[in-house]
Amino acid sequence: MPEYKWPDMNQRSLLGKRVSRRDGPDKVSGRAKYCSDIKRPGMLYGRFLRSPYAHAKVVSVDISEAEKLPGVKAVKIIKGPGSEIQWAFDEVVGVAAVDEHTAEDALHKIVVKYEKLPHFVKEEELGKAGKNAKPAAEQVTGDPDKGFQDAEVTIEGEYGIPVITHCCLEPHGQVLEWEDKNLTVYPSTQNVSGMAGQYAQPLQIPASNIKVRMDHVGGGFGSKFGADAWGIESAHLAKQAGSPVKTFLERDAELFVAGTRPSHYAKIKVGAKKDGTLVAWQSESWASGGLTGGGMPPIPYVLNIPNQRKIHTAVVTNVGAQRAWRAPNHPQACWLTFAALDDMAAKLNMDPLDFFIKNIALTGVRADLYRKELLKAGELMDWKKKWHPRGDSAAGPLKRGVGLGFHTWGGRGHDSECRLTVNPDGSVVVALGSQDLGVGTRTVLAMVAGETFGLPVDAITVNIGKAPDYPPSGASGGSTTVGGVSAATRRAALDALDQLFAKVAPALGVEASQLEAVGGKVQVKGDATKSLPWKQAAAKLGVTPLNVTGKNPGEGKLIDSGVGGVQMADVTVDIETGIVKMNKFVAVQDCGLIINEKTAESQVFGAMIMGVCYSLMEERIMDEYLGRPLNSNMEFYKLAGIGDIGDFVVHMWKDDPEQDARGVIGLGEPPVISPAAAIGNAVANAIGVRVPRPPFSAERVLAALEKKGGLTS
Amino acid sequence: MAIPDDPESRKAAEVSRRDFLRGTGAVISAGIVASAQVLEASPAGTKIVGPDKVSITLRINGAAKSLSLEPRVTLLEALRNDLELTGAKKVCDRSTCGACTVIINGKAAYSCTVLALEAQGKEITTVEGLAQGGKLHPVQQAFVDNDAQQCGYCTPGFVMACKAFLDKHPAPSLEQIRTGLGGNLCRCGTYVGITHAVQQASKQMKGGRAHA
Repeated sequence: MPEYKWPDMNQRSLLGKRVSRRDGPDKVSGRAKYCSDIKRPGMLYGRFLRSPYAHAKVVSVDISEAEKLPGVKAVKIIKGPGSEIQWAFDEVVGVAAVDEHTAEDALHKIVVKYEKLPHFVKEEELGKAGKNAKPAAEQVTGDPDKGFQDAEVTIEGEYGIPVITHCCLEPHGQVLEWEDKNLTVYPSTQNVSGMAGQYAQPLQIPASNIKVRMDHVGGGFGSKFGADAWGIESAHLAKQAGSPVKTFLERDAELFVAGTRPSHYAKIKVGAKKDGTLVAWQSESWASGGLTGGGMPPIPYVLNIPNQRKIHTAVVTNVGAQRAWRAPNHPQACWLTFAALDDMAAKLNMDPLDFFIKNIALTGVRADLYRKELLKAGELMDWKKKWHPRGDSAAGPLKRGVGLGFHTWGGRGHDSECRLTVNPDGSVVVALGSQDLGVGTRTVLAMVAGETFGLPVDAITVNIGKAPDYPPSGASGGSTTVGGVSAATRRAALDALDQLFAKVAPALGVEASQLEAVGGKVQVKGDATKSLPWKQAAAKLGVTPLNVTGKNPGEGKLIDSGVGGVQMADVTVDIETGIVKMNKFVAVQDCGLIINEKTAESQVFGAMIMGVCYSLMEERIMDEYLGRPLNSNMEFYKLAGIGDIGDFVVHMWKDDPEQDARGVIGLGEPPVISPAAAIGNAVANAIGVRVPRPPFSAERVLAALEKKGGLTS
Repeated sequence: MAIPDDPESRKAAEVSRRDFLRGTGAVISAGIVASAQVLEASPAGTKIVGPDKVSITLRINGAAKSLSLEPRVTLLEALRNDLELTGAKKVCDRSTCGACTVIINGKAAYSCTVLALEAQGKEITTVEGLAQGGKLHPVQQAFVDNDAQQCGYCTPGFVMACKAFLDKHPAPSLEQIRTGLGGNLCRCGTYVGITHAVQQASKQMKGGRAHA
């Protein structure tokens, strides 16, 4: 049995190199087909009539006029009379028609009468929540009363971070095609292997009757694991119409019902010694992710302050259920914690960099890593030169400041199976029921197999995105994909190589254990003169392809979990207009062994940019009275553009040799956690006053300055 | 879409700039429309067509395409649903994100906010028409080289916006890139790669290796 490990650093031909993603040419040329691009013969277009009310009872539904409309092929009442609607935009009636406009016309012909019921949609002020507030038991560690008695300095503040949405550019949806009792699903999903099971039960067919097909997905970020109500109802419509149905959400629905990150708010009190040593934490937090409330954020984040009292209240609101959003709960917890602790550093008149290094032992096992990363980030930011006590004293309206935050994440590879085939003609195929969310999964798989066989990436065929055709792989969530699929593929490839060596060894006159695969050859270790080109070696298989399955988890240390990262932001705030401008954004990110440095860096850049979006622009705004969102379109639900981000510096933490020995660790989530902390603290450093809630919009910046007592320039 | 049941808010919800643009009848300026006899200009200079389908011809990637479409169909919808040119994506569907960007008469345009029949008589280039003879355009190659894509859904629109931008600004400064490409949005956060890609493509296109 082979030893399951990664090759030594000095013996790698592909791992750690900068390889362009293999599906890049398809994506830049429009050839890449997303499920929303698919057109099947006779395909109809699905649309849903959605509830205008956040809370209501359906009294009557009249679909007769819609059914009569030429081109309408199926109308299905989803919420019939007596049904209770719990959030605005919930699906009430589904329609399938020959084109998109006809489907929309049909919606206008449906008459639904509702009995309006009281709703509650805004959780920003806990006092207004009434019985929608569901407090959990108080949590105490250490002796918080004594901790605050011992504290020489305390700060108190109220901080918050609102609900944001996923805003995947490819909306949620799918094409569904029945053939008798068999169903083919073309979903936009993060969960190819987990999709059939979700359709089987509600449609009352065996999961084995369901095929799933997806080549590319236009963003997920944690919101695309499920079949979703619109998937199941569209399957019913397709059955009813006897034709394939394509239903992708309109942008307003996509923004409102297909993805929300829970809000988090907290009243926080922190106690410290005059020298900066943190001694006590108290928080009363609340959060809402809609009907399911919202769990307690992990606060205080990363720093385990010795004496704590925490009480959390989940607030239930009449909006759709929360969905996992990249690094669930961490960005919120990071913001709440680092805003409060930065306020403490300011009160102590300490440089936050010194303050956090002083308290670094509270981070536990990663204390030394964080300390080194903080110093490295400080060097890349030129922190010591840029930092000044709170409030830029420079003349004029433009105030500049710096801020920081740091974060952690798990990222252990998920369960995965790789079916690897070496054909007698030398071709190599790896197949997994996985998906590529933009990580570069295909490229990673080709690099791992190519590395193991001593072949170039182009020699490896990678098949993903089909179930049950390819063996099951976990959903892509929580930074688990690259670890899972690369470990499964490495194990499969090592096993395949072992079996191939046994076939080749007699021809080279040595024991199988004496062989290695490098540079496109199978050769005797250390003796390139005794070798067979890969194709000739593979020909020793005879007529039967070599099929091997590799799994994760499995033997050998190929993956790990647990990373730390530091981010620092440099911003300029115009105190007359309130506009915050990014100057520079630095990330130092730890991630174990890097397979593809090019796409790994892209993950970090991308996460930081997403962080700029939610720090400066994103917020779902609800109308308290109508119970509907006010900004469910991309004009008013804003994302950062190319001109909004400033200069970026990413430093992948490879500075300790032991990092690599940990194996592969997921990277998608961690760098999205710290941006609000880094940017928000930079704003406070610039203008001398805390803006307590992102997004740090002009309105909020000016309000915070006004509260401080007017503008000074 | 959510349609309120009371007439007042229903009216408010239904009327939008987009719906107005896509209203069941379309008023066509005579000067714009060249082909299709059904769209022949009236003596008054305008002709009201629809709501039934009309025959139109579009010049896309150098070839004429004849279609029968309702006047309310946008160019984006015609490309995606009728011509199966699905590179341009429907994302915001209201001129905000640029995922639907094509080049019309040399200028980047949001195809979600151009009616298909208004695009007659113009040269339309979609992302599918950019590569020549199987070779990627320098902008496309630069996107690949600089990893200027992740999920890739905004990528075709961005590629077209970059192409049109570089045609107008062959040697852009960083500031020009940051301003000139502000009409496209990416959710995965590929702006760093895109910036590098534009800089690389700029050098290559000036070097005369461009073929479009």
